[in-house]
Parts: sequence; C-alpha cells; structure tokens
Amino acid sequence: MEKITLASQLLQYLITGLTVGSVYAMVAVGFNIIYNVTEIINFAQGEFVMLGGLIMVFFHVAMGLSLILAFPATVILVTLVGMLLDRLAIRPIRQPSVLTLIIATIAASIIIKGAAMFIWGKDPYDLPAFSGRNPITFLGAVIQPQYLWVIGFLVFVVIALSIFFDRTIIGKAMSACADNADAASLVGINVKQMILLSFALSAGIGAVAGITMTPISLMEYDRGVMLAIKGFGAAILGGLGSFPGAILGGLIIGSIESFGAGLISSGYKDAFALLVLMAVLFFKPSGIFGDIEISKIKRF
Amino acid sequence: MTLRRISIIATICLFVVGLLINPAQAFKGTYKVGAVFSVTGRTSFLGDPEKKTAEMLAEQINNAGGINGHKLELIIYDSEGDATKCNLAVKKLITKDKVCAVIGPSLSGTSMAVLPVAEKNKTPLISCAASYKIVHNEKTGKPYKWVFKTPQTDTMAVEAIYSHLFKRGLNKIAIISVTSGFGASGRGELIRLAPTYGMIIVADEKYGPKDTDMTAQLTKIKGKAPAAIVNWSVGPTQVTVLRNWRDLGMSSIPFYQSHGFGSRKNIELAAGAAEGILCPLGSCNIAGLLSASHPQKDVTMKYSKDYKARYNEPLSSFGGHAWDALQMVVQALSNVGDDKAKIRDYLENNIKGFVGQHGVFNYSLNDHNGLTKDAFNMVIVKDGDWALAD
Amino acid sequence: MLRITKLPITIFALFIIFFPWIARQIPAIDHYTDIMVFAGIYCLITIGLSLLMGYAGQISLGHAAFYGIGAYVSAILTVRYGLNPWACMCIGVAVTAAVALLVGAPSLKLKGHYLAMATLAFGIIIFIIFNEEIEWTGGPDGMAGIPGLSIFGFELDSVEKYFYLVWGFVLAAFVFTVNVIQSGTGRALRAIHASEPAASAMGVDVSRFKIMIFVYSAVLASLAGSLYAHYLNFVNPSTFDLFFSIKLLIMIALGGMHNIWGAVIGAGLITFLSYEWLHYFEEFDVIVYGAILLLVTIFLPQGLAGVPGIVKDWFRS
Repeated sequence: MEKITLASQLLQYLITGLTVGSVYAMVAVGFNIIYNVTEIINFAQGEFVMLGGLIMVFFHVAMGLSLILAFPATVILVTLVGMLLDRLAIRPIRQPSVLTLIIATIAASIIIKGAAMFIWGKDPYDLPAFSGRNPITFLGAVIQPQYLWVIGFLVFVVIALSIFFDRTIIGKAMSACADNADAASLVGINVKQMILLSFALSAGIGAVAGITMTPISLMEYDRGVMLAIKGFGAAILGGLGSFPGAILGGLIIGSIESFGAGLISSGYKDAFALLVLMAVLFFKPSGIFGDIEISKIKRF
Repeated sequence: MTLRRISIIATICLFVVGLLINPAQAFKGTYKVGAVFSVTGRTSFLGDPEKKTAEMLAEQINNAGGINGHKLELIIYDSEGDATKCNLAVKKLITKDKVCAVIGPSLSGTSMAVLPVAEKNKTPLISCAASYKIVHNEKTGKPYKWVFKTPQTDTMAVEAIYSHLFKRGLNKIAIISVTSGFGASGRGELIRLAPTYGMIIVADEKYGPKDTDMTAQLTKIKGKAPAAIVNWSVGPTQVTVLRNWRDLGMSSIPFYQSHGFGSRKNIELAAGAAEGILCPLGSCNIAGLLSASHPQKDVTMKYSKDYKARYNEPLSSFGGHAWDALQMVVQALSNVGDDKAKIRDYLENNIKGFVGQHGVFNYSLNDHNGLTKDAFNMVIVKDGDWALAD
Repeated sequence: MLRITKLPITIFALFIIFFPWIARQIPAIDHYTDIMVFAGIYCLITIGLSLLMGYAGQISLGHAAFYGIGAYVSAILTVRYGLNPWACMCIGVAVTAAVALLVGAPSLKLKGHYLAMATLAFGIIIFIIFNEEIEWTGGPDGMAGIPGLSIFGFELDSVEKYFYLVWGFVLAAFVFTVNVIQSGTGRALRAIHASEPAASAMGVDVSRFKIMIFVYSAVLASLAGSLYAHYLNFVNPSTFDLFFSIKLLIMIALGGMHNIWGAVIGAGLITFLSYEWLHYFEEFDVIVYGAILLLVTIFLPQGLAGVPGIVKDWFRS
C-alpha cells in the first residue's frame, strides 16, 4: 500500500470532523429549538438520537420496511416521544427553576434510557448504509456515501427550519414565544402548544440525526448522554438560541476532535474541544453568536 | 381506586404463596457463594453473560441434587462497574450474607478495589478480570493470599498476537486502543512486551468508549504505513474501528483484535469488514473447531449448547470466566465443605489440571491464575465465522 | 425556612452517634453503617455544593473533579512518595483550592447554562487527565495500595471507627456552613441569588463572594475525596466522572437546594437508593430511579427538606 500524503491526511481529518460535527450540530439545533421557546436545556436530547437510531433499526431491519417508509415512521414515533416528554415531565412542574428543569430532563433521559435497555437490550445494532458502503476516493481521502447523507441532512434541516421560522405563521408564533412569552400569549398565541411543538420538532431532528449516524457508528441504548454533552457544548459554543451558532459550534467541535486526534494526541482529543470551548466562553461569555444583552434578559 | 387496591392485595398474596411453596426439594443445608458482576451499566457486556452463566450453572447443580446434598445458593449483586458499589457489595456478601467464597468482579479496576476486602476478611475471591495485577502483589512479588482469577491475562493475549506476528515476519506495528480499563491495560502490555518480540511500535492511537468514528486515528496510522495493526477494545467501538479500517482501503494491512472480540455478534455487526481479522480466543469460543481429542472439547461443547438453548443468544468469552470460577468453587465445596480457609487451600493446592472453558488450570503457591499462553488459540475470521489460523 | 436552630442539629448529632449501635442490633441493617460512611463522604460535598447552588445560585457540574483531585493527590503522594496521609489531605486541599480559584475566577462570570457548560467541560477535562496520565494515576484501572488513616497511632481500621471520623468531618462542616449562612456572608449570598445587579448596587462584592464560596465547596469536595481514597484504599477515574457530578446535582435537588438540610437528606437518600434499596428492583432499578427523581421534581419542588413546611402549612389551614 502506498503511503498517504500529508495533504490527503488533512483532508481526511476535515471530512471526518465535518461528518461527526454535523451530528453534533443537529443535536445542538434540537437544544436551541426548545431553549428558544422555553429557556430549558433538554438533557434528554441525546436520547432522541438514540431512539431515532434504534427505532429505525426496528422498522427497517426487523420489520423489513423500505427506507422511504421506515424513515418518516421513525421520525413520527420519536416526535411523539418528544411530545410525551413535554406533557409528562416538563409541563407538570409547578415552580420551574434552572435546576428543577435540568433535573426533570435528566430524570426523563434516565427513564428513556432504561426503557430502551429493556426493549433492545444492551447490544449495539447496525443499520445498512442508505446507498451502499463503497467508499468514494477524493484527492487521496476516502468519503463514505453515508457521510454525505449526514451532511446532506444537516443542510436539509437547516433550510427547512429557516423556512419554517421565517415564512410560516406557526413558525413566527414560535419565534414570538421565544422573544417574550407573556406578550405572545397576549396577542393570542397558545404558548403551551408552542412549547409542545418545540419538543416535537427537536425530537424529530434528533431522530434524523440518529437515523443518519447509525450506519456509521452503530447504536446502542446508552449512546445518548455523550451525544447530548457534545451537542450542548456545540450549542453553547455557538451561542445558545442561535441556529447558525449551533451549526458552526457543532462543526468546530467535530473538527477539533478530528484534527486533535490526527495531529496531536488521540487520547486528549475530547479535552482539546472542551478547552477551546472554555477559552471562547472566557473571552465571549455568551458564545460566538450569542448576544450578551439578550442573555441578560433571559431568566436562565 | 378499588381495582388498584385489589391488584395490590392480589400481588402481595401471590408473593406470600410463592414464598411458601418455593422450597420443593429437600436439601441437607445450603452452601452460600457470592458473586459480583457488572450486570448493567457501561460494562454490561462483561457482567451480563457472567451472571447468566452463573445462574444457569447453579440451577443445573441444584437440579442434579446439589453439592453432596447441599443446596448451592448463589447471591449475585450488580456492581454496575462502579468501584464503590462493588466494594460495598463484596463487604455485604462477606459480613451480612456470610458467603464462603466470592466470584467476580468483572473488571480489573473493581477487582483491585475489593482485593483488600477479601484479604482482610480472609475470604477466597476468584476474579473474572484480566489484569495480572490482581494476582500479583508488587511489594512481595507473589500472589495475594486469598485472591485468584480465571481469565487469561492481557500478557498472554499479547504474547499470542506477537508470536503470530513474529512467525509471519511482521514487526512494524500500529496500536490503537480504547481509553477504558480494558484498552489501557492491553496497551500497556503491548508496549511492555514489544522489545521482547522485536516489535517496533510506529503509532499508538486511542479513542473513547462512546466514540462514533475512528477515521482520524486510522488515517494517522495509514500515514505511518505499519505492517500490521493491533486493536485493543471491547463493545461497539471494536466494530466501528474495523469498518473504518476497511472503508479507508487499509484492508491490505493485517488487523489483529484483542480477545475482547470473542463474540460472533461482532462478526455480524462488522457487516463483512471482519473478514480476515485475527484474534486470540479461549477454547470456549471455538468449541466446534476443537479436535475431538482436545481436553476441553466436551466441557466447551456442553456449555455452548446449554447457553444457547437457555438464553437464545451466542456465547461470549466472558461468561466462560464465570463458569471456570464457579466450577472451581463447587469442586472445592464438594471436597472440603464451606470452610473459607479450607476452600482457599484447596484452590491453591488441588486445582491441578482443572479443565475449564478457557484452558486447563494449574493453581499453585506462586500462580493464582493457573493458565499459560497456550490458553489462547489464534483465530481468523473466514466466511463470516471463526477458523483456526495457521 | 432559612433559620437553622440548635435543636435539630443536636438531634442529628445524637442520631449519628447512636447509628452504628442501632445498626448492630438489627442484623438486617447491620451493613448500613458501611453505606453511611459513603453517605457521609457525599454529604461533605453536597453541604458545600448546596451553599454554592442553593444560597449563592451558582450551578456546578464539575465538582466530581475536585473530589477526584483530593482523592488522587492523597493516592499519589501516599503510594508513590510515602508521605503521611494527613499531610496529603492538606496538600490535596491546597491544590484543589488553587485549581478552584484558577477555574472559578473566569467561570463564575458566566451565567446559567454557560456556567453549567464551563464547569461540565472542566470536569470532563480533569477526568480525561486521570485516565491518560497513566504513569501518575495508573490510568483507567486505577491505583491500589493506598494506606488507611490513623490518629496518633490509633488505626481507623474498622467501619465504625471510620464512620465516626467521616461524620465528625460532616458535622464540623455543617456547623461551620450554618454559621456562614447566618452571618453577613449568608445575607450577601442570598442577595446575589435574588439579583446580582441589586446585590452589587447594595455594595456586595459579588464576584469575590462567589469565588469564595466556590473555593470553599471545592475544598470540602477535596477533603471528601481524600477520605474516600483512604477508606477504599483504591481510586479509579470512573468514580470521578461526569455522572458523579450529575449525581451530586440530583442529591441537592432531591433534598431541596434552598435548605442546607436538603444536602444531608439528599446525599443520604441517594446513597442508600443507589447502593442498597434499588437493588430490590433488579433490572428495573434505572427506571425506578428516574421515576423517583421525576416525581420529586414535579410534586415536591422544594425537595424533601420542604416536606415539614408543607405538613405544617397543611395543619394550619
């Protein structure tokens, strides 16, 4: 086998970083949708990703549904879980504070994880890649077709969300809740429904992330926590509530991990990403795209 | 409301009735043996088959009339791979449940955490974890008095792999390992033994136990152009790393896995990428491949058949460690009864030529592991199944 | 709610003094003393954390790191250099205080979720260091052979002796913390919790107070870590991972974070739940754990320490 050139190696790190980063970005977008409407950080976000992957395995592999059918079915089912989460865990809380809400979502994530362990057991599951496993070679670097699906779906989610928030009445109503819930309810927006919708949307996006990443990395019941942390980091790095920030944050963290592992030390790669995150926060306390003035009027 | 109340009462009644009619078989008494495995949590792939194996064995023994007419009572606690919890569980087994011996824990870390407990309470403990440190007191250079273990050490796995590489004339190797206890201790032995076998380590990469992609690490390795890659991990990452290896077009570099690869499920999950992979495995993983004259043929075939029939899932190598540990204790119990000191002495002096799932054990004063590197067979994945490598 | 009187503290102290004796009388709970040692160790951390979170209103998801630094300093200095364990404990406290100051000063300028993320990141970085610096820490397999503690040649070699040592530390920390709360510092902290701008307008040096409390809570965690290391004679990184930081958070929330008693109740309850009681649910334990957590969050927003207040109100009305 011929030796790989440094340029090709760097390109490979970039491709890997962007793919992994896209998954983080999708999780971060999910965080932001809920945060924007409720100011809650939903620590069960990673469980949506896990559920997305495992339910897809059930529909596509176990039941034999075609990809076109199994995909939406999975997203709908996970969306329902997201709505249940709001109705059963978030809405009943009478005196919300940062800590109670964090604890409630952590509790929910423990329950979802436990239930998933019951249904699927502790073993990892595989999903066939959407368009085969024959890698594409590009300037000496190797691209899995599935990488393109992951990045493609991130782009799709971003476009769909920006149309939804800018062009549709419901989307605008949700943005209004995000700006000021009391004022929004004065003009006749049903804030509770908007919160429910935000949980549904972010669960759906989590499911998409899970479905697209499973063919690359397999999926098992306890994968959610690590993804939630990486996604949370991405959302914070970009600035909570900012969608471009979430995407940039995810891609940056993914790339630092990949380049850090390749060029410096793979044992410390996660630490590099977190160090950069801390450094950014110390210089810009509300993240890259976050507005310090806005974050002052937020309750949490 | 009333319906709920009725159902609660009914449950309680059933429970009480269940307690009353349970002791069906008449035994002379009970022998209590304790076990601690990481049944749930991040290392459940170790503890889960161990618990299932131990429960199956205990049931078989009791159905066959127990040990010299005594019932074998197995008390299993879940450590969740947590050192604190494991330490508490072993103390509880010894002081409250009054067991005569403990099998487990599943991990090297948790074993080290309970080692002082077994020593202090003078209770025999047979660990199911890999590290040689468990049976090697660095201060005295001898094993700890009350602690034994059944799994092959990482040293033996490394020796098996290095011997194989040496035979093929490959000496420029890349190491890639997971940052868990299993990976770190394997990596340590790979580095320590490299000079002995003339191995030159050109890359030493790591990844986390929940990582989604190892392409970056493998790309770096590709740049170093090693003659072979040795991966040391367990769980889903050892499958992901294989797929990345194939996807990067590195299939021409021979790939060695650790003995942690010992489950057929891994071959399935690799979706074809496992073809041609080499790894050292204990006999119980490849019972069907052993020649009829092999000393372990019968025990491994029986275990593998029983396990599949009972749990309907493929055997993993880890359950075999629990099988070995429990059977040794049972053998000791049937010979010397449930006196802790006598069990310990029996294990040290009388476990000779014990035919287990992972090898033929010979315990002695200076060896509380009892295996040699022959306990590993080099195996290659061929047509989606194991085959003996030459 | 915030006033803490002498009577409950006395009852609490008596309970601690007699606990091992009571446990010995009942074979079924004989081993509870052992679990109480760990409850005490966690209690030491939650007391400081409760002051930081409940009274000063600053969230931390990184306290497992301070706990770990204390434990590892004790472990490394005793095992590799043969220093006196008590000296190691003091060095551990000094190291932790320095690290807390270094991390706390920039972090505590952050708010809400940003602070949560910064402390979380810090905790994970420290955890990675424990894992990676194998020559110092022994790596993921951990370090064994840490000596036990003794006072003037009197070996603390039994569960009960260690129990009194740990709970002695807890009582001292508790009384000291109560004094802090009831002093001017406590009023300043509550003012910071209510509104930082208002507090600083009243002349409270907000950032100084926040850092002071942060360092204090880190020091308690470090002490707890040293006590843990010398009791178990073993440390490994996974004891100090992110999940432990979350567990501490859960202890505080379950007990009630606006009340220092909540720290004690929460630590005790979670310790017994996770080390003993949930065992009866076998594989359901995770789900039961989550359900208990969710139900307390929903129905008892003040935590379990708020229950007496609710009962009192109920009788009054």
